[in-house]
Amino acid sequence: MLSPDSDTTFVTPADSIILRFEDVSLHFDGTVALDHVSLEVHPGQTYVVFGAAGSGKTVLLKVAVGLARPDSGRVSLFGQEITRLREQDLFDIRARVGILFQEGGLFDSLTVAENVAYPLTNQRTLREAAVASGSSAGNGAVRSVDDRVRESLRFVELEQTLDKFPAELSGGMRRRVGIARAVVSEPALLLYDSPTAGLDPITANTIIALILKERDLRNTATIMVTHRYQDGHLMANFRYNPNSGQIERARGGGDVSQVSTKFLVMNAGRLVFEGTEPELQASQDSYVRKFLRVGGA
Amino acid sequence: MLDLLKPPIEAFQEFVLLSIRAVRNIFRSPHYADDIFIQMDVIGVGSLFIVSLIGLFSGIVMALQMARALTQYGAQGQVGSIVAITLVRELGPVLTAILVAGRNASGIASELGSMKVTEQIDAMRALGTDPIQKLVTPRLIAIAVVLPLLTIISDFIGLIGGYFIASGMLGLTFSEYWTTAWQALEYNDLFQGLLKPFVFAVIIALVGCFYGMRTTGGTQGVGRATTSAVVSSSVWIFVLTAFITYVWNRAFARQ
Repeated sequence: MLSPDSDTTFVTPADSIILRFEDVSLHFDGTVALDHVSLEVHPGQTYVVFGAAGSGKTVLLKVAVGLARPDSGRVSLFGQEITRLREQDLFDIRARVGILFQEGGLFDSLTVAENVAYPLTNQRTLREAAVASGSSAGNGAVRSVDDRVRESLRFVELEQTLDKFPAELSGGMRRRVGIARAVVSEPALLLYDSPTAGLDPITANTIIALILKERDLRNTATIMVTHRYQDGHLMANFRYNPNSGQIERARGGGDVSQVSTKFLVMNAGRLVFEGTEPELQASQDSYVRKFLRVGGA
Repeated sequence: MLDLLKPPIEAFQEFVLLSIRAVRNIFRSPHYADDIFIQMDVIGVGSLFIVSLIGLFSGIVMALQMARALTQYGAQGQVGSIVAITLVRELGPVLTAILVAGRNASGIASELGSMKVTEQIDAMRALGTDPIQKLVTPRLIAIAVVLPLLTIISDFIGLIGGYFIASGMLGLTFSEYWTTAWQALEYNDLFQGLLKPFVFAVIIALVGCFYGMRTTGGTQGVGRATTSAVVSSSVWIFVLTAFITYVWNRAFARQ
């Protein structure tokens, strides 16, 4: 059980909304994937999305960045409605979002270094920024990209795997490389699709620690889809301490706003719960409570 | 009834849209020249040996079959012309395309299908790359360039195979065989023999990519996509060769 001082209060910042879903619905072959979903994500906030397999969690993330188009409703990302945008026009907006895919999504034919460098060398706005920073440093764009790739891999403690291919890595290492690729562009919004699925508890906690570290160092808005209650609990109650370099339990007071975590529960494409961790624990909904029981709360 | 028709119509619509975007991307930046050359190497150089082998034996078989029939009429001297016309107009393009379809449409479908089920295609889109530009268009260009070349090589080696039989079994001289073979061919035979592999190349590339890009259902889905790609492209090759031959004969029928 959570201690009272670990409660997280959901505070809505006055800043602009990063992501907004307005009554979004989507069907695949007659099956409901999203059913009138509405939500808002603000800078620095963390969203933890629970749901059974096929409840629409992954689709939610894909719709958020325009990888799937809703049948109805509106999706706005960084203030721009993306629902009707052409694929080419979405590329620049997606450059501000980092994604860790459920299946990893690492390119088999590229080395770890090339995979992590991919956003910097292929996304137009990031490529231009890399060229500019390389030129200003007087040592060329390639050097700049290389530095950032190394820094990102150092962040996930996998700098030694630069020249390896994804197939040579373990499942946990591939997930960490995926995180390195997601954070290399220092995005304002990070989406994690089941980052701990299929991993042993030790590796899973390592992954969550990296996600916490990224969130707290850069104050990145984060949406994490998971079916492990423990993952959400860690996100809501722990923080990365840059001084000690350790993950530690968040205290009350100033830490509360820093750890602003909201929980969502999805069932058959619908958002059946939205609230803080104490509200989640107090819920009497039998479907919602299943996730608490699985997590042992 | 409408429910039954909906999936194939939607699939055809998807195929047409993919084809339009793939062709349109030829004239749009960025161009992935490295990928085009890699695919040319994989598909062209990789298929060279098997295409040559099949070309050689198709020439040998044609000559053997024709030798028996032509000898009955004392016209065995025409074996070169019959082998040339049959190979250049029909057998060379179709057999080469069927081989490339079996070898490469399946390869393309399984490669792209694996990328689809492991979310690499989504990752590509999320990271600023149009997967059609990066994956489909280079394969389309590569096959469209190498299949006509492979067909020319296959035709030529088939003619050499025919010569082995003509000289070894029928006693024709080098000059007798090659002169009749050469004289039998007209320019429109050569155009037909090059148009067909070009059309087949477009079909092989687009069908392979289409089934790969719409793969669902994990590794089983990849298997299904691969089988569908080979079956569909092979069927289309035979349908199109019949259609092109019919149109060609109507347009260029000898007076």
